[in-house]
Amino acid sequence: MNDLNTNMIEKYRNSFLNEVEANVEEGEWVKMCMQCGVCSGSCPLGNAWEHPPQELFMMIRAGKREEVLSSDSMWMCTSCYNCIVRCPREVPITHIMHGLAHYARRLGMEPKEQPTAKFAQLFWDNLMKKGRVNELKLGIDLYFKVGEGMKTALKNKDIGIAMWKAKRMNPMEFFGGHAVKDLNGFQKAIKKAEELEAARLDKHKA
Amino acid sequence: MATREYSFYPGCSSQKGASSSNYLVSVETMCEELDIKLNTIPDWNCCSASIGYAGGGELPRLTLSARNIALSEEHNPDQEIVATCAACWLSTKEAAERLNDDPDMMAEANIALAEAGLKLTNKTPIRHMAEVLVEDIGFDAIAAKVTKPLEGLKIAGYVGCQTNRPFGIAGESFENPVYLDKMVDALGADSVPDYEKKVQCCGGALAFSEPEKSQELIKGILESAYDHGADMIVTPCPVCQMNVEVYQGQINDTHGTKFDMPVLYYSQLMSVAFGRSAKDAALNGQIIKSKQLEEIAGK
Ligand code: SF4
Ligand code: SF4
Repeated sequence: MNDLNTNMIEKYRNSFLNEVEANVEEGEWVKMCMQCGVCSGSCPLGNAWEHPPQELFMMIRAGKREEVLSSDSMWMCTSCYNCIVRCPREVPITHIMHGLAHYARRLGMEPKEQPTAKFAQLFWDNLMKKGRVNELKLGIDLYFKVGEGMKTALKNKDIGIAMWKAKRMNPMEFFGGHAVKDLNGFQKAIKKAEELEAARLDKHKA
Repeated sequence: MATREYSFYPGCSSQKGASSSNYLVSVETMCEELDIKLNTIPDWNCCSASIGYAGGGELPRLTLSARNIALSEEHNPDQEIVATCAACWLSTKEAAERLNDDPDMMAEANIALAEAGLKLTNKTPIRHMAEVLVEDIGFDAIAAKVTKPLEGLKIAGYVGCQTNRPFGIAGESFENPVYLDKMVDALGADSVPDYEKKVQCCGGALAFSEPEKSQELIKGILESAYDHGADMIVTPCPVCQMNVEVYQGQINDTHGTKFDMPVLYYSQLMSVAFGRSAKDAALNGQIIKSKQLEEIAGK
């Protein structure tokens, strides 16, 4: 178990809801949910969610910390924003799903081999290198680290070739590619933002 | 009419050799015809779309957009920011709102930006190109520019998610926005106003990580367009365009369907209807070619 996780368990021994409110993006909204179920009926990948958003909110209130944070469910969010525009309480559901996913990842509790968790992390790492996303390297990483490796790569080979012919993929990107000019400033700014955010979480230590 | 100027945020996928480079080429053509000048934000960075959240916490992600807005305020002062990518627009607009609502977060974003010698004022409106077309230019002015009407083409308007929710275009409903249909009509083609899948999710970034589940969604989007007798689909979103176009072969393999439906950007339709060449409309960027549009462009 990572240290942050141990600290958070100590600190919020009695209330997972308080922990979510303090540490999860837009978490203070969870208590506004009136359990109407509209959001759960809105997810495009609905049948793949073991616990749809409404249920996750109920479980947070019921203190089911382990079950919520190690759940596969919030990683099924496609960021379609159906829920947000329909929720009668204007709960920012999409952001809470992202926030729960991020918090679980930070605590090392996300389900292992979760493809979207891996992809989302690769995407972030990729953009941090140059300030812009290198689609080719992202694609290669994706096929070898996330998918079933070679099998997925071969299946997508035809798409890659078609994209390259249409000049929508450039193999030379592998050797550098698009980047921001002030890469140093860019990376320093994001690093500072990460430090400030970590400090905020640190304040909540036991 | 005077030239309209905007501060332009093109986004990663529009870059040369990237997945929506055809979008950018056709947007440039369209803007030339409509007398719109796009001043690219110097040294813009990725917005992290809606998928950066595993590695990126709230403040680091907000700082990404804050840097772009700050650069725009410094280099293109008094110009509204315009994005063509749905995810870029959404991330940037969301960040601007969040930072306006939360002074602590705003102060921290500025501490982070100071590391790069930047400062965010955050007074700049963040708009989508579709808003510029609908609100600033207008359907009548668009129709007046048409020299080659797209006659006889039936085009299903696929708006998708993030161009439509949570912000959308003022005056449009989330469940049934009609501006894309009006654009299609203004260009002389036939829209499909009752296209059931116009705001259906295509899976977004999960098309990469959950291909089977997403391809089920994409299949529905294509089927409905075929059911209405559409010749092609038009969309304002780079993620929608790519997902609905490039997986048709895999869906055909899995489901025994025979999908072969071109998926175009509104800017490509406009470039052709305004009389520009297939090349200027970036029709060569299609993986599933639209022979009908190529014919009109070649006339
Ligand atoms: S739609 Fe809103 S109020 Fe209803 S269950 Fe979902 S979050 Fe709760
Ligand atoms: S944004 Fe996420 S949580 Fe909301 S309806 Fe879409 S998939 Fe479900």
